[in-house]
Amino acid sequence: MTETTIVSGQHAHHDDHHGPAKGIARWLFTTNHKDIGTLYLFFSLIMLFVGGVMALLVRVELFEPGKVLMNPEYFNQMTTMHGLIMIFGVVMPALAGLANWMIPMMIGAADMALPRLNNWSFWLLPFAFTLLLSTLFMKGPAPDFGWTFYAPLSTTYGPASTDFFIFSIHMMGASSILAALNIVVTIFNMRAPGMTWMQLPVFVWGWLVTAFLLLAVMPVLAGCVTMMLMDRHFHTSFFNAAGGGDPILFQHIFWFFGHPEVYILILPGFGIISDIIPTFSRKPLFGYHFMVYATIVIAFLGYIVWMHHMFTTGAPLVAQLFFMYATMLIAVPTGIKVFNWVGTLFKGSITFETPMLFALGFLVMFTLGGFSGLMLALVPADYQYRDSYFVVAHFHYVLVSGSLFTILAGVYYWLPKWTGRMYNETIGQWHFWLSVIGMNVTFMPMHFLGLAGMPRRIPDYALQFTDFNQICTVGAFIFGIAQLFFLYNIIVCCFGKKPRGLPGRVWEGARGFEWTIPSPAPYHTFEVTPELTSAEARAKF
Amino acid sequence: MFNMPYGVSLLSHEIWRLHMAAFYVCCVIGLVVFSVLLYSLVRFRKSKGAEAVHFHEHLGIEILWTTIPFLILVALAVPATIVLMHIHDTEKSDLTIKITGYQWKWKYEYLDQGIHFFSNLSSTVEQINNQAPKSQWFLREVDNPVVVPVDTKVRLLVTADDVVHSWWVPELGVKQDAVPGYVNENWFYITKPGTYRGQCGELCGVNHGFMPIVVEAVSKPEFDQWVAAHQGGNVAALQAAQLAPETEDQLMTAGKAAYLKSCAMCHQATGEGLPPSFPPLKGSKVVTGPVQANDAFVLKGVPGTAMQAFGEQLDPATIAAIVTYIRHSWGNDALNHQHGNPVTVQPADVEKVNSAR
Repeated sequence: MTETTIVSGQHAHHDDHHGPAKGIARWLFTTNHKDIGTLYLFFSLIMLFVGGVMALLVRVELFEPGKVLMNPEYFNQMTTMHGLIMIFGVVMPALAGLANWMIPMMIGAADMALPRLNNWSFWLLPFAFTLLLSTLFMKGPAPDFGWTFYAPLSTTYGPASTDFFIFSIHMMGASSILAALNIVVTIFNMRAPGMTWMQLPVFVWGWLVTAFLLLAVMPVLAGCVTMMLMDRHFHTSFFNAAGGGDPILFQHIFWFFGHPEVYILILPGFGIISDIIPTFSRKPLFGYHFMVYATIVIAFLGYIVWMHHMFTTGAPLVAQLFFMYATMLIAVPTGIKVFNWVGTLFKGSITFETPMLFALGFLVMFTLGGFSGLMLALVPADYQYRDSYFVVAHFHYVLVSGSLFTILAGVYYWLPKWTGRMYNETIGQWHFWLSVIGMNVTFMPMHFLGLAGMPRRIPDYALQFTDFNQICTVGAFIFGIAQLFFLYNIIVCCFGKKPRGLPGRVWEGARGFEWTIPSPAPYHTFEVTPELTSAEARAKF
Repeated sequence: MFNMPYGVSLLSHEIWRLHMAAFYVCCVIGLVVFSVLLYSLVRFRKSKGAEAVHFHEHLGIEILWTTIPFLILVALAVPATIVLMHIHDTEKSDLTIKITGYQWKWKYEYLDQGIHFFSNLSSTVEQINNQAPKSQWFLREVDNPVVVPVDTKVRLLVTADDVVHSWWVPELGVKQDAVPGYVNENWFYITKPGTYRGQCGELCGVNHGFMPIVVEAVSKPEFDQWVAAHQGGNVAALQAAQLAPETEDQLMTAGKAAYLKSCAMCHQATGEGLPPSFPPLKGSKVVTGPVQANDAFVLKGVPGTAMQAFGEQLDPATIAAIVTYIRHSWGNDALNHQHGNPVTVQPADVEKVNSAR
């Protein structure tokens, strides 16, 4: 390595011999963490609109009692696909994309530790989703048993396309495991000299813990779908009561994956917020140590609460009590996080750029989602909430205004660094406010619907639910339209005509290695490893 | 309409109180957190000249906001535990009803009274497809409601025949999953006579949204009358009457009504089905084939699919009517004549096939 960071920055043009390859080959064969990050993020963006259109179709069908657009079978396919795409196709790839772009730049590494593996991790995804989506065009229904694919509905009673679903889940799982492996190895081995664990940016901490969650539970999901495959084709009876198996076993295995998955979707987002709020408060994160400990505690508790998804399955009293107490405990570390974010804002010097707006939107609405989560933890009340629209409202508050808002905040925050162009602030503000309004109009009434007794996953409903459902549908369209503003900003930054070039430190209050390199970030960064060994270097960091 | 119903059972009251307590606790926490947040956002704006103060750690306050939420949680966990223990206390019940979930109907068995029946959605396919005005209880009405006495502890044994269902009536405070291979317990004690409605609460396939529950709570004497009217005794006489020959017109009229109730959700009113999940009956090999095989198909069903063994759900007269109707309709009659197969089936024929297996 003969060039310094700065020199490589000047060489970062497409015609440079150190720059990327030309044409499609660049994207197919790239081992560059920034290219792979970009691929992940664009993949996720496309999937956001695919899954979003499905959600809108669902909302149109639910606009009125009686059949509106589609038969119940197609409706079930839409809800199933919407869930699978949003979780595995939007949130997870987006977070992996952010990890790829930012983790090496935040810890002062030249690239991810295993660049070729990195390429493979990404390229599994388009194939997995092509396979999954192809089932919509096959003879017979696509998977229509909900994203939780409970047996025996998905085994004995599943449509033929279930096998495609199983294979695509395997591919997504392999992709996630490989990506997680890479992230763990990178963070352990490639931190800049002098960067101690307690100097790690919180986003990196969040992803480190998440990667361990992924490594532990994705194989469980793989096992789960493999057992399904065996039940469907090889005459086993893991989940078939008639053959001595157990349908509840399926739910245990699924949720042993499924609950940590919830934290996989949110912990990196916690990290993003913990970077953004200090930047726009111009004040260091309050309680860094407790933030890190809270992340680890949440992940640990996340492993031992899976049965709270199964309180009505006839679980024994002792099991219900254990899982209720463990679940309630999660409110403590989560509360610590919220309090520390508020503590960071307190006596800061606050400005409200788009990333900060999304971070604050997250803070308020994720807390609301946390409240309904606490209520859901109380088993007796859960008997009434379970599988109703109250649950739908709860998990959309923590996933849309939780995970998705953190991702949007992160993209707005780092987009100028990636592209060297500033997004349009007015459009960004419109995007935020329409999203917040749309999201609340959509999901707030769902609490009331659930409490009044409307179950989730029904294509048609009794007359008394009509008013709230119509409000939800209007909100969904507001939210959908708001994302077009986002698309505009992305396109303008990535493909616009404006010349590239912004100060390295895009945001006045931003701290960390990624802001010491030019904007746009050169194709290769930190070819000379930066150091944090001196007090002087630490002060700049 | 905005809140969980207070309900009419002892459990629903307890659950409602717990729900409200949790809600108010959340309101208070929210008020405190959001007040500080709002204050910070208004007071410490850079545009108003706020300068950042560089503090970033305080052990005392961290311990404080770890401990206080923990204590609040303990305070919530205590009543939750007590209510949960009540839910699990199914002892000393006066009436036991076994509930079995089927795709997509409920079967109720009064174990000590010897009464059992299926309960189907009674809203029509026309209503669902917007071809007829919707009734007041659209999708929340059934042909045979569960009748229970008030002021009685009723124990429920909940299971399923095919996939996982969930028996949920909000006003009774009961939601219990119906899992094949398991018998789950729950109970209710209704304090007020009335009609209480709910529906299946766990995705159970295509018509998950179309398997409602209606509970009619009546006074104890009324319940006794209902039991007497539905109990065993006259079943044999009833069955004999049902095996009497009927005219083709009678069979067709009854058959159409029964078809729309029990078959049309999958095979559609047009007989065209939703292939390949639900095969068409129009031109079907079974329906235009030998009549005994057709009877046997309906009686036994196809294991592992939504095509159930209707022999266990419907009486021979109804099955005869349905088979007659489908063998007549949608051009199947011409095909049957062509193949030399009869189109009309009598209840006694069905009973013969049924007892032969």
